[in-house]
Amino acid sequence: MSSTRPNQLFRNKSSKIAAIPMIVTALFVFVGGTIWTVVYSFTKSGLLPRLQWVGLDQYERLWATRKWLVAIENLAIYGLCMLVLVFVIGFILAALIDQKIRFEDTIRTVILYPYALSFVVTGLVWQWILNPEFGVQNVVRGWGWKSFTFDPLYNADIAIYGVLIAGIWQGSGLVMVLMLAGLRGIDQDVWKASRVDGIPTWKAYIFIIIPMMRPVFVTTLVIVVTGIVKIYDLIVAQTGGGPGISTEVPAKYVYDMMFQANNLGQGFAASTMMLVTVALIVIPWTILEFGGSKHRD
Amino acid sequence: MTDTSLTPLTGPQGPKPRKSFSRRNIFLYGTLITITLFYALPLYVMFVTSLKGMPEIRLGNIFSPPLEVTFQPWVKAWSQACTGLTCNGLSTGFWNSVQITIPSVILSIIIASVNGYALSNWKFKGADAFFTILIFGAFIPYQVMLYPIVIMLREIGLYGSLGGLVLVHTVFGMPILTLLFRNYFTSLPEELFKAARVDGAGFWAIYTKIMVPMSLPIFTVAVILQVTGIWNDFLFGVVYTSPDNYPMTVSLNNIVNSTQGVKEYNVNMAATILTGLVPLSIYFVSGRLFVRGIAAGAVKG
Repeated sequence: MSSTRPNQLFRNKSSKIAAIPMIVTALFVFVGGTIWTVVYSFTKSGLLPRLQWVGLDQYERLWATRKWLVAIENLAIYGLCMLVLVFVIGFILAALIDQKIRFEDTIRTVILYPYALSFVVTGLVWQWILNPEFGVQNVVRGWGWKSFTFDPLYNADIAIYGVLIAGIWQGSGLVMVLMLAGLRGIDQDVWKASRVDGIPTWKAYIFIIIPMMRPVFVTTLVIVVTGIVKIYDLIVAQTGGGPGISTEVPAKYVYDMMFQANNLGQGFAASTMMLVTVALIVIPWTILEFGGSKHRD
Repeated sequence: MTDTSLTPLTGPQGPKPRKSFSRRNIFLYGTLITITLFYALPLYVMFVTSLKGMPEIRLGNIFSPPLEVTFQPWVKAWSQACTGLTCNGLSTGFWNSVQITIPSVILSIIIASVNGYALSNWKFKGADAFFTILIFGAFIPYQVMLYPIVIMLREIGLYGSLGGLVLVHTVFGMPILTLLFRNYFTSLPEELFKAARVDGAGFWAIYTKIMVPMSLPIFTVAVILQVTGIWNDFLFGVVYTSPDNYPMTVSLNNIVNSTQGVKEYNVNMAATILTGLVPLSIYFVSGRLFVRGIAAGAVKG
């Protein structure tokens, strides 16, 4: 960015002025904010941020806190199940819808509408449906099966799966739409060729179509994973982290530490761990997708 | 909207259907109808619950339609439901959300579209580097930037106010919107831009007289994306505003998960629908444009 001629800085002036908000956002908020948080995660900040170095103390305490360990475990369970199920369901739905069916628009609209809703709305609806006193459990018992038990949100051992149901309900439509777009992008000749060769449809999907859809899968994966790491509102609305601490997640731990427990240092350390998690996914993806060739658009 | 490029999912493809009542079709439609019902169920449950009286809820089953329809829960959810100490219902939160969403949408779209225009047609040295940082910023978990932004807002005296939240939404909307507009402007024929340059039009003249009028579809997509995203936000609302300024999602959560008093499930469900109504109407009206907004997020930049 070194300018050789004196008027270099003022060339294309309007464009530079127009880009000021972007530059400020990118440098001050994104880069600056991130560095700030990482730096302060090595300090003894409590109620207020203080530059009093304590090395890795915050991280040691973080990994010795039960609530954080539960949060990490929950994120792993939720994340893994969510990832697998959302992809399986999303892809199967897309493949079914791609069979030249009638009412395609209606079906697609119904499957995608949860995605338009706030996580708070989703969490509250499923809190109501899974309410053992009135919801599914009560209805099934009303049919005569008196011992039927289905109360995930009230059972600490399985509460995270109750959240998972809501998460899948909201998120699978997105995967379906992206997969459907991917399927529609496959050349019809591929299908014709596979039929000529007598390959069964399911085999064609697994061995020909899915490998061809690799870019769609990778992009969807990145979107889904970054969404999973951020999960917060759904938990707050549906379970509030309970029963007990059984549905705590990292994002909620960060919020609780920063804004309720006046323990900023812990919040910074926890959020830095979240950043590391995302970086471990996004950086290899970037290298794979954009490394080497420098094409645009 | 008659732009044909807006319909990326049309034209059903795949194998041709065989006879209407083949075993394959029964299986296919059976599965699809079951799944569709599963997805539709929560919306149905919300509606029927919100139209029942509490005695009926205690006795009946959540899936049965109301025997006696009452709109009382809706009235109560809107104007009387309690969050801790105050009992003003959701209306305050609704108006806060309106006051947050409208300026945020307008501001973020103006900034991002000008930005995308500068990046596609008036590229300067270093522009791409900033853009790359911006896009990477979209992947950083918000939690990492929460507190630094609190400090920034406090410094400029906007912490806790609606204005501060508008600013936050504008900042976090920037990566995806800039990407959206940059990609769209790049796809427009360059001759248009060059012809306007030859005619002596400058940066702003080309933007307002050529780019904007030619890009109404993408502006619509951006509006849909932003209105639903900002309306549904919870985290920024709860962090950056004071209780008087809480957006609707936060008030909703406070009403439903408030531990005081007897739980009124019908009022809770009415409140939940009311909060979901804005994004739902946008979704059902906009249809394919909404899908395009999502796809924009998926397209690599």
